[in-house]
Amino acid sequence: MSKNLAAVLGTGQTKYVAKRHDVTMGALCREAIDRALADASVTLDEIDAIVIGKAPDLFEGVMMPELPTADALGAVGKPLFRVHTAGSVGGSTSIVGGKMVQSGIHRKVLVVAWEKQSESNAMWALSIPIPFNKPVGAGAGGYFAPHVRSYIRESGAPEHVGAIVAAKDRRNGALNPLAHLHQPDMTVESVQQSQMLWDPIRYDETCPSSDGACAMVIGDEASADASVAAGRPVAWIHATAMRTEPTWFSGRNQVSPQAGRDAAAALWKQAGITNPLEEIDAAEIYVPFSWFEPMWLENLGFAEEGQGWKLTESGATALDGKLPVNASGGVLSSNPIGASGMIRFAEAAIQVTGKGGAHQVQDARKALGHAYGGGSQYFSMWVVGADKPATAGKAEA
Amino acid sequence: MTSTQTAARPGALTPETVTDDDVAVVGFCQSPSVRRSYSTTNGTEMLVPIFQQIYKDLGITRRDIGFWCSGSSDYMSGRAFSFISSVDAIGAVPPIDESHVEMDGAWAMYEAYVKLKTGETDTALAYGFGKSSAGNLRRTLALQTDPYVVAPLWPDSLALAGMQARLGLDAGLWDEAAMAEVAARSRRDAVGNPAAQFAGFRAPDGTVTDDVTAEQLLAQPMLADPLRRHDIAPVTDGAAAIVLASGRRAFALCDNPAWITGFEHIIDSAELGGRDLTTAPSAAEAGERATGGDVAGITMAELHAPFTHQELILRSALGLDGAADAVAINPSGGPLTGNPMFAAGLQRIGNAARAVIDGGADRALGHATSGPLLQQNLVCVLDGRR
Repeated sequence: MSKNLAAVLGTGQTKYVAKRHDVTMGALCREAIDRALADASVTLDEIDAIVIGKAPDLFEGVMMPELPTADALGAVGKPLFRVHTAGSVGGSTSIVGGKMVQSGIHRKVLVVAWEKQSESNAMWALSIPIPFNKPVGAGAGGYFAPHVRSYIRESGAPEHVGAIVAAKDRRNGALNPLAHLHQPDMTVESVQQSQMLWDPIRYDETCPSSDGACAMVIGDEASADASVAAGRPVAWIHATAMRTEPTWFSGRNQVSPQAGRDAAAALWKQAGITNPLEEIDAAEIYVPFSWFEPMWLENLGFAEEGQGWKLTESGATALDGKLPVNASGGVLSSNPIGASGMIRFAEAAIQVTGKGGAHQVQDARKALGHAYGGGSQYFSMWVVGADKPATAGKAEA
Repeated sequence: MTSTQTAARPGALTPETVTDDDVAVVGFCQSPSVRRSYSTTNGTEMLVPIFQQIYKDLGITRRDIGFWCSGSSDYMSGRAFSFISSVDAIGAVPPIDESHVEMDGAWAMYEAYVKLKTGETDTALAYGFGKSSAGNLRRTLALQTDPYVVAPLWPDSLALAGMQARLGLDAGLWDEAAMAEVAARSRRDAVGNPAAQFAGFRAPDGTVTDDVTAEQLLAQPMLADPLRRHDIAPVTDGAAAIVLASGRRAFALCDNPAWITGFEHIIDSAELGGRDLTTAPSAAEAGERATGGDVAGITMAELHAPFTHQELILRSALGLDGAADAVAINPSGGPLTGNPMFAAGLQRIGNAARAVIDGGADRALGHATSGPLLQQNLVCVLDGRR
């Protein structure tokens, strides 16, 4: 726990779609920024620093796009900071922005993450041959399919579990007006009939390619107290964690990486949580391919190893279940890659502030935001809560 | 420089009076600046030796580091996720608490500084790397401009800098002799820096002398009028690493830590026609905030100016102008004698910190820049606090 408290004062997102040809990258970000500022009832003048996150620059073909978009971002005359930690970047960006407040350096920080996949070709950018490395010629799906197959073989999970996740997340997405895909009629059976892309991952079990941006205003304790006093609920940051491990090393567990387990253990400890399944009310977990829901449930400690699929199969992760996972529709419903992690973090904040609308989880008081990236080697996660953390002011790194 | 705030100079620090809020540079190492390294674009081969050196210097292992942060650019590397492989230089098994910025390593150091300021850990390592030789640098950097209306024109970095230099020349703010003097001084100073890419003067017949004068340089042909070769930082491959520590930990690792008493960064507009290119408002503002408007006592400054005229702009913006005698500018030889992209800014701070740690300066300033024509600037003030 850091020395100072911080809280999410407001969030803003664009409507996620395949192609936003009507706006520049800067204007896309500004839409999310303006909505976050309005939600937080904060003006740009009050923002001390801006932290930008996005996935590889090759995705849009611009080197450090925050430089030419500094004006549109409202950053001129302010500190502008750019984080890049692969797919976990949206989460890392939120955490870095939070630290700038928790350190006592800034009072209000704006964090923004985005991707405009329509500007280029992410599949190509991910498939550039790299000397001395195993080629990834089939994009992310081709890379992760063997991990999924390994999980199914090791856990003995029945084949329809992936389809359960896909159907659930797409139906949840239909309740979220900002989600890219609205497929309220998707069923386990229809998912199982969709085209096989990277065995065992079917078309309906993969994330879309989206354009979109997400932003949050993170404020210090005084700002958060003032917000609450004015009737605007905030999401207190209870704990954050980031962990990294190499892509390849002898004996690496690619299905349930140590970095993810370590990050989760640090997170729960910092948040004072001993039984995550009982104490977390809503979870936004980075699930770009359906099977990653049960895989991450285990990696995060919601279930024992090999048992995560049983939680999914039982309906516990549905919107009305014991642990609603991805009430927003998740990455399976919207995937502006660099923003996808921040959307998880923002949706966790939305749940504990009761702003979820049709996809609100009843009585959500504590929520998890989770993101991962690279070859399942970068992890970032946070716990936010409706209540001010009990551990205020205690340093227990 | 006008002073809007009077920051009290911090008092002396001892292991008894230091707090966890006091953060210092305790170690620095850089790779040799070279025109072309025979390595991958991931920095790993350049980083391993300097990590080993910094562990040895401080008597630590990688497991003593509580937080890691790196700075690099995928576009420099010609691939997505170049920083993923650079983690191999650490050997991150078991996993580490780590982050990365798509910026110069100086900003990675800033993130590490923020992390230490939260009190979550007391030791951090920040590094930056860049293999500028991997592509056509001046064309690659054109992709930092507005992608819709400027980048399609491919304004390479030398052409942009040439326009900036010309504006200052035409306005009478500097002349070619002043620019050449910056280069001559840098090349003379680089003689004493074994990490520099080159030093002194290379005559047309190939003979190299340690001494070099502005007159000698001005006799050379134009490369991108009004810029001659000496006005332009070389294409350099290289890397750098800095170790930060807070509180008593800093004293445990270093007899004389370089305490960070000001650390600020600001960005200016990207609209090249919308700002006065002969000034650097963001450098002035970052300097004002980092020094509290008080540059007295600063006896050396390492400025990240990839072009001679940009050093003149920065000296003016930071209030170090005309103080050439009082303040040693770039005694390492500076970026004009070695400019590894995404590591050069961190090297400036590292060199400034090393001067404080070694006792050569009581108060030093390190500066880093990013983006076309000094768009983004960072200032770090380091104090001995003895």
